[in-house]
Amino acid sequence: MKRIFASLNEPELRRVVVSSLTLGAAVGVFALSFGVASVSAGASVWQTCALSLFVFTGASQFSAMSVVGAGGSLAAAFGGAVLLAARNFVYGLALSSSANSMAKSLPRRLFAAHFVIDETTALALGQESPRLRKVAFWTTGIGLFTFWNLGTLIGALAGSAIDPQKFGLDIAFPAAFIVMLMPHLRSKLGRQAATLGGALCLISISFLPVGVPILIAAMAVLVGVRSDD
Amino acid sequence: MTEAPANLWIMIIALAASAYLLKMFGLVVLGSRQLPKVFDRCLGLIPAALLSALVLKDTFSLGQSLVVDARVAGFAVAVVAAWRRAPLIVVVVLAATATALVRAI
Repeated sequence: MKRIFASLNEPELRRVVVSSLTLGAAVGVFALSFGVASVSAGASVWQTCALSLFVFTGASQFSAMSVVGAGGSLAAAFGGAVLLAARNFVYGLALSSSANSMAKSLPRRLFAAHFVIDETTALALGQESPRLRKVAFWTTGIGLFTFWNLGTLIGALAGSAIDPQKFGLDIAFPAAFIVMLMPHLRSKLGRQAATLGGALCLISISFLPVGVPILIAAMAVLVGVRSDD
Repeated sequence: MTEAPANLWIMIIALAASAYLLKMFGLVVLGSRQLPKVFDRCLGLIPAALLSALVLKDTFSLGQSLVVDARVAGFAVAVVAAWRRAPLIVVVVLAATATALVRAI
């Protein structure tokens, strides 16, 4: 870490650190809305903070509390959240080829695993040299973790002080999901999966227990099977 | 405010453990093995399928019934704002304002 700060006068390195921290700050705002929405859905401030500290993968946290807030079973909330967390497994695989330069010892690698999420993967794999990859991974990981948890705490405290219905905060979950969904609609397959997933969910809402339609929607990923490349 | 289920803590702990294991398995255990292309592609489509389902559930359902209420106004505003690449906080504030206004009328 000390070496990272000492060499901040290198333009390459500074560019990486600045973009990592900017991203962290932007994500902090996302965390604010998670904090507000999570306490509105019935979690305590402590439970909301525990989700951000220990689960630390945004879409899964949002999804779990959205199902709980709607009155779904904990099993259904858990199932949907784990499905959304599954992509971190793929990120781990993608990062593992540079794992040697990012974290040498096993304990350090086990620590690094907690920070394997969308943003750290994107920024780390976007760098050309192993050294910059390491800097990008750790500054994004630690910076984002800090902002994510600060944002969650502030949001949760604010959210428990106001009436969520009156301020229309029940729309905070879907609004955040729409923002997260947008980049996935850029590809044709993404649009097909989103359309089919949405349809499966709407069709099954009235006769399946709350939260289960979200699991049914996951079958839409099978549009990826017959695509040829 | 909604009442949280009594064993929400158990779900949180199970989710934290599962999320960590998924991250750790790829990075530490399996190393740089390649997944079959099809598997990779399907895993990558999970967010598209689930996020879309979550949006519709949170906008058009109440428990097990399909409803159209003040949330639709917020939904419409959020779609337009997100489409125009407004930052998240703007999208959420605009959507919440629209929903609150319709509810107040």
